[in-house]
Amino acid sequence: MQRLIDRMKELLADGTVQRVLGWKQGDLGYNPEPHYFNSAEELDEFIYDGFCGANLSKYMIKGSELEGKTLVLLKPCDTYSFNQLIKEHRVDREKAYIIGVGCKGKLDIEKIKAQGIKGITAVKGAEISGDCDELTVETVYGEKKVAYKDAMLERCHVCKGKEHKIYDELLLDSVDTCDGDRFECVDELDSLTPEEKFNFFRKELSKCIRCNACRNVCPACSCRKCVFDSNKFDSAQKANVDPFEESMFHIIRAFHVAGRCTDCGECSRVCPQGIPLHLFNRKFIKDINEFYGEFIAGEDAETKGPLTDFTLDDIEPGERR
Amino acid sequence: MSINQEFKPKIVAFCCNWCSYAGADLAGGSRLSYPADVKIIRVPCSCRVNPMFILRAFERGADGVIICGCHPGDCHYSTGNYYARRRMTLLFSMLDYLGIEKERTRVEWVSAAEGVKFSTTMNEFVSAVRELGPNRRLGDLRCKD
Amino acid sequence: MKKFLKSDLNALLDIISEKERIYLPVSEAGQTNYAIYNENSKVDLDTLKTVKSAKEVFFPQSETLYTAFMDGKKIRIAQEELEKEEFVLFGVKACDVRGIEVLDKVFLSEPVDSFYKARRDHGVIVALACGEPEESCFCKAFGIDCAEPEGDVALYDCGDYYFWDVKTEKGTALTEKCASVLSDAEEAPVKEKQEEIRKIVSLLPYMNISLDSWKGATTDEKFNSDVWEELYKPCLACGTCTFVCPTCQCYDIKDYKTKNGVQRYRCWDSCMYSDFTMMAHGNNRTSQLQRFRQRFMHKLVYFPANNDGMFSCVGCGRCVDKCPAAANIIKVIKAFEKEGNR
Repeated sequence: MQRLIDRMKELLADGTVQRVLGWKQGDLGYNPEPHYFNSAEELDEFIYDGFCGANLSKYMIKGSELEGKTLVLLKPCDTYSFNQLIKEHRVDREKAYIIGVGCKGKLDIEKIKAQGIKGITAVKGAEISGDCDELTVETVYGEKKVAYKDAMLERCHVCKGKEHKIYDELLLDSVDTCDGDRFECVDELDSLTPEEKFNFFRKELSKCIRCNACRNVCPACSCRKCVFDSNKFDSAQKANVDPFEESMFHIIRAFHVAGRCTDCGECSRVCPQGIPLHLFNRKFIKDINEFYGEFIAGEDAETKGPLTDFTLDDIEPGERR
Repeated sequence: MSINQEFKPKIVAFCCNWCSYAGADLAGGSRLSYPADVKIIRVPCSCRVNPMFILRAFERGADGVIICGCHPGDCHYSTGNYYARRRMTLLFSMLDYLGIEKERTRVEWVSAAEGVKFSTTMNEFVSAVRELGPNRRLGDLRCKD
Repeated sequence: MKKFLKSDLNALLDIISEKERIYLPVSEAGQTNYAIYNENSKVDLDTLKTVKSAKEVFFPQSETLYTAFMDGKKIRIAQEELEKEEFVLFGVKACDVRGIEVLDKVFLSEPVDSFYKARRDHGVIVALACGEPEESCFCKAFGIDCAEPEGDVALYDCGDYYFWDVKTEKGTALTEKCASVLSDAEEAPVKEKQEEIRKIVSLLPYMNISLDSWKGATTDEKFNSDVWEELYKPCLACGTCTFVCPTCQCYDIKDYKTKNGVQRYRCWDSCMYSDFTMMAHGNNRTSQLQRFRQRFMHKLVYFPANNDGMFSCVGCGRCVDKCPAAANIIKVIKAFEKEGNR
């Protein structure tokens, strides 16, 4: 990580960039926050470790409006989102200096807590320079060990790969963390009866508190004004008065990002109620792949999205190929 | 299934102004019957149908939703129905994934000359939805009687 | 002091639920929230914090106020009925109990909120001392003792037993109803348990955070600080912090067009949302910085100024746990402390 900090300081000093968009150390050892660093001194508080799961590409919408270049740190999966944002003219490539940082899988504090670990005062073993094998969690109730893999975010188990799709330079090494098939969960649900499917989603969605965290964190949800924020909208935007509202919100949101969602997994990461929101997006991705050919949103910044395109012999609704 | 025979499904049909809406007219003019519970909403193109319209229809008590547009290649705006086809393919597949049976949703291409097709399509669709029974999954309790 | 065997918990809940509803932490689809008890409920008293706080029992996320509908050619209005049945709120932690006190200040002072008051009058609070407080907790900073919660009855988790300490008349009445399960007990194990909890509290990182600079703070000094400029930046403008908060009490009133009328309802609002306090002329807070500042100024400056110094934060730490961008009240307090020392 020192190499990274030195390089960032260098770029700040020679005027290539005006600021750094990275992560600032938290006070619990697992809660870094996205932060704009304006000077080399400020970088003393910089951190990049296993808990830096936040996708910074969306912050670059604001970053693109600032004076001069912003150095932004993007993990391999974040670069897909960044490409997608370029395609939609929401970020300015010229305003960004991208350092593609390596990734060894990002951690989910909820998964650590779910193992009954409470009163955490520090977490060791999440350093990017380490081998990311085992975490040592110091708590007021004593020291606990957790395998790194068991604490990883769901999205890292189905990682899209180590390759950065857009960057100005690369630093630090990545590790392949993929050990699952991302469409397995979709297939499983697809094989259920309508009643079972409905009950599953009803149960999950009834937890939704309409905090909009999934929408606000989503790099594909970059509209200046969301349709759900319109006061002319004949529905509750703020509360689930009726179970219909949750279904409506999540179906429409998933549809609006269909073909543009890079499956970055931020929605599921931030949901305060732990709703597996990626299940919606993955269904669309899987269908798009099956119906219209393999498509990976954000792989480049030019290709037309599947919903803004068509062929004369597309399959008919309701058919299976 | 005696109960199902008495059940009259409420159907919302989004019909393109340039084809199926005229097709419905022709069906009427030719005295071909289709169930009165099919409520037609005229849209300028099948492509105008926003996924929210469909969910809204279910919210407000529809038991099935059908979209009728021009045959691929015949769109008044040349390509609208191609986009609609992709969108609805994905949306209906998603609804099916969430437990809203795929028999409740349908897209059919009906031209202005196909009064017979319009009538048979509606009859078929209504009987398919009747088999499924009322939509209890996407309705809004506040909109019930 | 009374006690009952942990294995008798369901028996106790069954006795109460024969006549009254019980709201208690229930695990559903992997998360614990307050829900009405029934024989199939997965009761979860071990999870320290429910995702949503206990406030939703008295002040639900959304509730209908009245319905206007067409009756022939006339418009009729049906007011929603007020709560008239007794209910029990079971297993509330000390911070949430204080949260309800904060809400009381808002909803029970003139003009009294009749919906809220009816629920408050009929609800009995059975509090539960915290078993294992967590790192995000800072209730002590607000003078709350999580080892000795307020409420009508206080419960203590001691080994095989829950100890039952009656605190008010409402509590006494409930105790009588549950007499068949409860037996007399000595106080020593409770004292021991309390010491144990307090010892853990002394080790937790946020518990001793100082609020001195906020006591009697003037609006100008905090409002105009440059610190906000840095603090708000990670904020995503989602409403997570406000919706999981036990004291956030802002709500919006909206209409819903039903089949033959209009339903007027209110729902929680969030100062993080762009249409918060929207008026005909537009919005008086136009930037996220202003909206972000509003939340913390309200909790730490405006509310205490109007309520004899009572902060409208209780240190439950839910926002610390749940904020997707790790921006939270602790960071605000610490940033101002740093600023003050500069």
